[in-house]
Amino acid sequence: MIKSFAQRPWALNGVLLVGLVVAGLMSGMFGQVNLTPSQFVGALFGNADDGLTIIVRELRLPRIIVGMLAGATLGYSGAALQGLLRNPLADPGVIGVSASAGLGAVIAIYMGLATVSAFAVPLMAMGGAFVATLILMSLAARDSSVLTLILAGIGISSLATAGVSLVMNFAPSPMSLQDMVLWMLGSLENRTFEDLWLAGPFILLGWAVMAGVGQGLNALTLGSETAQSLGINVKSVRWRVVLGTALSVGATVSVCGAVGFVGLVVPHFVRAFIGYEPRRLLLPSAISGALLMTLADILTRLPIGHGQLRLGVVMAVIGAPLFIYIIFKTRESMR
Amino acid sequence: MSPSGTNLKAGLQIENISVTLGGSEILKNVSFTVARGDVVGLIGPNGAGKSTAIRAALGLIQLDMGTISDGRTDVHSLPARTRAKLMSYVPQGAPVHWPLTAERTVALGRVPHLNPWQDLQTTDEIAIKDAMKRTDCWKFRNRLVTTLSGGERSRVLLARTLAVGANYILADEPTAALDPKHQLSVMDILRAEAEAGAGVLVVMHDLAYALRYCDKLVLLDGGKLLASGLPADVLTDENLRTAFGVDVARWTGSDGVQFFAPHRVVK
Repeated sequence: MIKSFAQRPWALNGVLLVGLVVAGLMSGMFGQVNLTPSQFVGALFGNADDGLTIIVRELRLPRIIVGMLAGATLGYSGAALQGLLRNPLADPGVIGVSASAGLGAVIAIYMGLATVSAFAVPLMAMGGAFVATLILMSLAARDSSVLTLILAGIGISSLATAGVSLVMNFAPSPMSLQDMVLWMLGSLENRTFEDLWLAGPFILLGWAVMAGVGQGLNALTLGSETAQSLGINVKSVRWRVVLGTALSVGATVSVCGAVGFVGLVVPHFVRAFIGYEPRRLLLPSAISGALLMTLADILTRLPIGHGQLRLGVVMAVIGAPLFIYIIFKTRESMR
Repeated sequence: MSPSGTNLKAGLQIENISVTLGGSEILKNVSFTVARGDVVGLIGPNGAGKSTAIRAALGLIQLDMGTISDGRTDVHSLPARTRAKLMSYVPQGAPVHWPLTAERTVALGRVPHLNPWQDLQTTDEIAIKDAMKRTDCWKFRNRLVTTLSGGERSRVLLARTLAVGANYILADEPTAALDPKHQLSVMDILRAEAEAGAGVLVVMHDLAYALRYCDKLVLLDGGKLLASGLPADVLTDENLRTAFGVDVARWTGSDGVQFFAPHRVVK
């Protein structure tokens, strides 16, 4: 089974896509009101009473789409960053974009902007991601080494985390502190089409910037100079991945908060089926990311969580042990 | 085989190139030619500028002055992918950052032939298999490069370079850290590529191999061209003393092959 996927990467994409459709269907069925598959599909296409149609079209559909876009973004950018940095421990967090988007959001809550407009938090989060990218580019632009990029990312990440702590420290009220904490935990709850229209264009723009870097990432397997000798513009590949990640992950964090581990874990999951070639990992990582996000979002709605379980928490609880397991497993093959 | 607009006969002409790295001048006004069908050895003491010359020829570093051409076109003005199909590179001690199979590693040599959305085509598959057969690594094509011995790995990386199908092969110390058998086989492979019509430029430290395998030698010393031409004319006692500061002992093998080895440091 595993061998045959390595020879036919498209077969894995097919299986994952089927899984994604099934997961999307399940996500549409479960919630405070449980629906049958036919009720869900019926409501989706307008063949149901108004109540059901509103639940499905206004509440569940945007939530499913936002979750899939976010998961695909995190999975793809994780695979792209790991290829770029030639490091299996890289993820969108390493370049500091997630933490900076978090800082932007927390500042918006601190200043009470969230009550002024529903767009305040996502816009400030994207602003944070944007500022982080600018700093990152100016820090790492002159020196073209990967190490500088990683170190700059760690610096920006630490700074943003410090900023978040500072803002929380001076939270004006327990309520706003709670808002900040909940936002940081990440969620897809109550996402609407407005959220989608706000973040969607940036997510798609980020994807467009990052699309087609596969050959470059493959060539980088042999080091930067050899990649150049193979006709790859290494600088352009680097900035496309960084900028594309900043745009799409910044927008993702702005609508569903800080959800970690997807970008880190998903490429490893895909490698188990089709090997380490960076280009082949990109598309299946995007689909797997969307699948993982959708499944985790279903888990948050199960009765065991009493409706209190947050998406970021579920992902961390699944992701962290998986990550440790992966390190144990890949220790040898990476030597 | 040849990318359009390039000249087959003239060879790769390195003309009056100067390179400055980190404020110091590494190459000063160096000129030589790599004709197709020839193995040209680039020799000289440590720090003479051999690797810099190769990297400059490939367009990996900026020239202060001079041109690299194939007699008609300045190769550095070519689009990156066209240039990549003209010249392929065997870097020194090349890393392979992911545990790919030998075959998928060799396949990376086809990157200049593919657009961003293309998978390997039949012509690519043929080129990959052919390159792996020529370097005798087809039999372990499904093994991960990370599990190969140093000698096997160097053959896979050489196959990766050959898979490009370039007119010129620029190799930076391809025999470094290999045992004598693998050193000989690497040089035999490069020799065969030259006989098949490629121009081969190879940085070497072993002067005995340089004498045996090269049609021409280029001797660099302190970033300047000290001598170039037929191996016997370049490897004179006087040149070796000037460039390397050593005296050599010479003898003729039973089959008439000329040998020599560094004998002592010149006082």
